Amino acid sequence: MYATEETGGGLSVGGPSVGGMTDAIVVEGLVKRFGATTALDGVDLAVAEGSVLGLLGPNGAGKTTVVRVLTTLLEADAGRVEVMGLDVARDADRVRAVIGLTGQYAAVDEYLTGFENLEMVGRLYRLGRAEARRRAGELLERFDLSAAASRPAKTYSGGMRRRLDIAASLIARPRVLFLDEPTTGLDPRSRLSMWEFIADLADGGTTILLTTQYLEEADRLADRMVVIDRGRVIARGTADELKAQVGGQRLEFTVIDAAVLPGMVERLRPLAVEDPVVDAAARRLSLPVSGGAEVLADALRRLDGQTAEIFDVGLRRPDLDDVFLALTGRVAEEVATDDDPTAEPAATGGAR
Amino acid sequence: MSSMAATLSDSVVITKRNLIKVKRVPDLIVFATLSPIMFVLLFRYVFGGAIQLPPGTSYGEFLLPGIFAQTIVLGSTTTGASLAEDLQKGLIDRFRSLPMSRSAVLIGRTVADAGLNIISITVMALTGLVVGWRINSSVGEAVLGFVVLLLFAYAISWLMALVGLLVRTPEVVNNASFIVIFPLTFVANTFVPLESFPSVLRTFAEWNPVSAVVQSARELFGNTSPLAPAPDAWSLQNPVLYTLIWVVLILAVFVPLSVRAYRRAAGR
Repeated sequence: MYATEETGGGLSVGGPSVGGMTDAIVVEGLVKRFGATTALDGVDLAVAEGSVLGLLGPNGAGKTTVVRVLTTLLEADAGRVEVMGLDVARDADRVRAVIGLTGQYAAVDEYLTGFENLEMVGRLYRLGRAEARRRAGELLERFDLSAAASRPAKTYSGGMRRRLDIAASLIARPRVLFLDEPTTGLDPRSRLSMWEFIADLADGGTTILLTTQYLEEADRLADRMVVIDRGRVIARGTADELKAQVGGQRLEFTVIDAAVLPGMVERLRPLAVEDPVVDAAARRLSLPVSGGAEVLADALRRLDGQTAEIFDVGLRRPDLDDVFLALTGRVAEEVATDDDPTAEPAATGGAR
Repeated sequence: MSSMAATLSDSVVITKRNLIKVKRVPDLIVFATLSPIMFVLLFRYVFGGAIQLPPGTSYGEFLLPGIFAQTIVLGSTTTGASLAEDLQKGLIDRFRSLPMSRSAVLIGRTVADAGLNIISITVMALTGLVVGWRINSSVGEAVLGFVVLLLFAYAISWLMALVGLLVRTPEVVNNASFIVIFPLTFVANTFVPLESFPSVLRTFAEWNPVSAVVQSARELFGNTSPLAPAPDAWSLQNPVLYTLIWVVLILAVFVPLSVRAYRRAAGR
């Protein structure tokens, strides 16, 4: 079930990573229990310095618990947990000095202005007064909050609060940044701009561990991914490796009359790398293929004279929704579930 | 930076943060001052005539130290509700992920709340002067009287800090603290002389630290009469000492417990 995994390998942005020496985050055999519930049941993961790891999973999978242990907010029951070579339990204060955390809920003081929020956090990171103020100004500028700098955060929109929250976690230039569902609850426009900010940070060499329920988000931002479900890692690798696990690309045809499907299968069989799948009820044919657009062109040539029967045709690559469905038998939850954490995902069909 | 200096500097940052809120939400100040004024007026004019007083005292003089004590002890419950609110909003998580002192959030909170209490007690004292309360002692004694009141309230703040961190819902903290604070401040010499209590309650009231706080304040403000000596209990014969023992005891127990609860606090 696993894609190939080498500790510290993958698409790291910041130079080569050899033998785990440049892993910014190392988690081995992490176990965390809450009473009788085992929230994390032996999680292993590593994040190469300068890379972005996407930690994926449905609600309740244990993503936030992993982040809370890594950021010293929770003590592990077993396992080795290190950030920048420092043990999170023994060297908690030194870990805190090199990390930034943006939690699931924008943790900003509503009554303080944007500037005051950042200055306060800067001072608590032990920056000098002048340095804290200078950084606050810089970050407000960078996150498009300069105009709102002297307004209490209470007056900010959800997207602005998130940006202020991320700015606060960046004030002391952390080497490792933890983002726990950074775009949950944001409107699409704010989400896009948040993605740009995160991508910029990654380009700047910050190591990032990002949790998300949005597969699209992980696909876009993360170099490597770890998928957890019920406290265990169920898959890991790059997006392409994960997609390869559920199969490669396929040609999908929807026809007007299902009666033509057997004939199409015969004509197209030479292109298929695996058995074609016919769904007569949906009037659909799915043909696993390898290659790019030329396969599509080839297929249409082979169907010459029959194309009038085709309602829709496409070359489809699996997305992470397919991966998740294949791995867990469930669709990743799409909705921010502040109000309804127990909502069960629909049994079939990606929501995207 | 040494750890003492670091704790101090972090605590100053947090105190400042808490006081900014007071500045931005004027309602806080309004209610922190209106309710004491209301209490002074209600007790002075509604119950004042009905209460049997020790000879040689006026109800205005008798009442005010009691009102001071009750109001600032009640004011200390803010500590618990505010910490619970910070927990709910994820701010405690943020603070706990920073390389800051583990006690600074609590020190900053309790100090800011003591600041609010100083404002309330000032307003109450001024209202009291209008309705006939007088300080009949030296400046030094009077200052000591205010210090004893504020010290006791500060200790209660740490107790409420623990409640806030454990209960985690501001509304529940408020309700829970009323259940404790009201009996504590009413079964005492706060509003009526102890002579009026039935015997079991009277013993409780005599040893109730709130009684000692009030007795200390009455003595230090010169609001007692030689015709009405304090009850025989050691606690009320030595009210300042007895109060300070309680302050030390409460702090010795609840500072470490609250800091421990903070280190383990889980937001949501």
